[in-house]
Amino acid sequence: MQSRPMTTSETMLQGRMASARSFLVRNMVTIMFLVLSAVGYKLSGMTPFLFLMDIVARLSRNAFLVLALIIPVMAGMGLNFSIVLGAMAAQAIVIFVTHWGFAGLPGILLSMALVTPLAAILGYLTGSLFNRTKGQEMIAGLILGYFAQGIYELVFLQLVGGIIPMDNSTIIMSSGVGVRTTIDLTNGLKYGLDWPGQYWGNDLLLRPTLPWAIIGMAVALAVGIVIYQLRVDKRQRLGSTQLVLAGIGLAWACWWSVQQIQARTQINWIRVPLLTWLVIAGACVGLHFFSRTKLGQDMRSVGQDRHVAAVAGIDVNRVRIAAIILSMVMAAWGHIIFLQNIGTFSTYGSHEQVGLYSAAALLIGGATVARATIGHALLGTLLFHTLFIVAPAAGRQLFGDAQIGEYFRVFVAYGIIGITLAMHAWKQILQRRSVDQ
Amino acid sequence: MQDKSFLKDMDLARLIIAAFFILLCVAAIALRLDFAELITSSLARIGMWGVLVLAMLPAIVSGIGPNFGVSLGIVCGLLGGLTALELAYRLEGIVAFSPGMLFFIAMVFSLPFALLVGVGYGWLLNRVKGSEMMIATYVGFSIVSIMKLAWVFLPFKNPEMAWPIGRGVRVQIALANRGMAQLLNNFLAFRIGEVVVPTGLLLTVALAIFLMWLFLRSRTGMAMSTAGSNPRFAEASGITVNRQRIIGTVLSTVLGAVGILIYSQSYGFLQLYEGPMFMPFVAVAAVLIGGASVKKATISHVIIGTVLFLGIQVVAVPVANAFTAEWSSMGEISRKIIQNGVILYALTQAGGE
Repeated sequence: MQSRPMTTSETMLQGRMASARSFLVRNMVTIMFLVLSAVGYKLSGMTPFLFLMDIVARLSRNAFLVLALIIPVMAGMGLNFSIVLGAMAAQAIVIFVTHWGFAGLPGILLSMALVTPLAAILGYLTGSLFNRTKGQEMIAGLILGYFAQGIYELVFLQLVGGIIPMDNSTIIMSSGVGVRTTIDLTNGLKYGLDWPGQYWGNDLLLRPTLPWAIIGMAVALAVGIVIYQLRVDKRQRLGSTQLVLAGIGLAWACWWSVQQIQARTQINWIRVPLLTWLVIAGACVGLHFFSRTKLGQDMRSVGQDRHVAAVAGIDVNRVRIAAIILSMVMAAWGHIIFLQNIGTFSTYGSHEQVGLYSAAALLIGGATVARATIGHALLGTLLFHTLFIVAPAAGRQLFGDAQIGEYFRVFVAYGIIGITLAMHAWKQILQRRSVDQ
Repeated sequence: MQDKSFLKDMDLARLIIAAFFILLCVAAIALRLDFAELITSSLARIGMWGVLVLAMLPAIVSGIGPNFGVSLGIVCGLLGGLTALELAYRLEGIVAFSPGMLFFIAMVFSLPFALLVGVGYGWLLNRVKGSEMMIATYVGFSIVSIMKLAWVFLPFKNPEMAWPIGRGVRVQIALANRGMAQLLNNFLAFRIGEVVVPTGLLLTVALAIFLMWLFLRSRTGMAMSTAGSNPRFAEASGITVNRQRIIGTVLSTVLGAVGILIYSQSYGFLQLYEGPMFMPFVAVAAVLIGGASVKKATISHVIIGTVLFLGIQVVAVPVANAFTAEWSSMGEISRKIIQNGVILYALTQAGGE
């Protein structure tokens, strides 16, 4: 009980503390991973050079796939584990494009063009399935992934080379039936997007060094913030504290980069796959504007409450199918980006973990089953893959065994999904109960 | 009502699978495969999985749905098995355990783990009603992957289990050294012509099924079925639904623990690390193939499902191989397609919210 009325400054302080606490609670997972990554990095004893090189590669490899999960979350369908099907479609197309001998950027563009209709059909079928399993989309997506794996193996292990003719000794197994277990994309699609100049004999085209890329991004962000402040409604503008913090952050990034350039450190050897990053940026911008279109708004309404949306005249099932089609196509493109960056892939394995790792990354970024933003996706990819890089090294340093770090990171991926799902389901029940009463 | 429902349960999906099984058997005879050998390994395979598939029954009946997280029970069983082996090693020279005794000790040791884990898991599932299947799956995945760390760090000293160099226990631990391999299979086993009948194994499974049958007819069993099939009515008639669901979960987890020990003795090895990861899906698919839905299951579903699904697995491989050598992976592929196709089908039949 309060014995005297609070002064204004006390109320403000309390308000500040309450908002700080709710910020901590809301972002608990992300903050935990920030700490975990930092500790892991310290323990691993990695040099900044090795770490940055790896994280640049992993960011450009995985970010697009994580972005593919956002639209179904918007439509209230949870984490779309069926993106594994998109990844399989991508691998199927990449196998054929490699067989036909296409390479470099033209090969990538051809693959993306060919995979789009295939992924759209798969998305349509998956969406129809999800409409028959409403409320259980995630488990259905997961099992569908395993089911599709069986079909995929049937086609590529037993039919290609036999019933589906393909005469290519580098792709087909020596027995003449079935695609080899690993496909090498070297001299083919490898680095087709990351390193487009290679195809035309210009190694450095669209490949700035990391410091220059950071300076470029900082400038672009600054310009973006200025435009945002000028164009947006007064109430939505960033506050002065946020502006100062952003300014300090950007200035520090520029200063650090200039220092690296002047000192000619190893960091200057790291090259950023600019075209890939532009594609990812394009996807972010596209998603941002998509959420404001009619279809995007419909998806939000469906996501909030299917019944209310149906009453409002939205064709719920159609909107849900559209969400899965978009997600599936994005996943297929994302997996092509993934494959061209790795440069070699396991025909019957590379797609398996796509759903798991993308979902875990999104959740670590602070998303929930009901709400995911572009920021969650990018931050989550960064944090999750930081953990991926440092965990084995930290395991080796701590226990003399990299395998332990490996086990740990796999556990983290499963655990984070389990915990987030459970917390979400629990919250839903509590909400439903409070509505009932 | 129960007897009539059998034909009705045989809807299209099950008919297709049953027809496929018969087709495989006909093909096996036509291809002059060693039929006695096929029956022998089918019997062993069915017995191996029997109790694990039975573990689905209390889960579905109590209303939590097919237990995709039965790997929790499996892990408890493995833990019991390892503890028993460790005990035998530590007490070497003081007490000599007979294989049967050791197997019994393994079961006894796994029980406290299974009870404890089952209660906690049931508590969790009560808080996530409506999403049990997904959450069970990921709880299972999480536990199996954290147990990989545990297998590395738990202080087991028995050289039969530990790697000669480095840390942790092996990926597969042979039970033959302690005489536990095929312990039940060989008990009272007899031959009919070329067919070997693993009497002990089948009797154990039959006993487990009989006990479950008795339980489902007991007071608690009835209360559990009511809580599962009609929670509102159950609450109204004074049954605590959440309590019944926990009982179902504990039973399922315990059966998972016992089931994996029975499985392992038949297989001859305890499979750790990645081993238990995907086992729940096989058990779930088997009971669904038998005619169960995610909301309703009976003992006959368990028996029919186990025979059909595991029978297909045994017969499919040699039949595919007999056609052409290049079809060597057909057995595994057909298992994947049938197993996951059936689970998907059951999910669509549940009709969602």
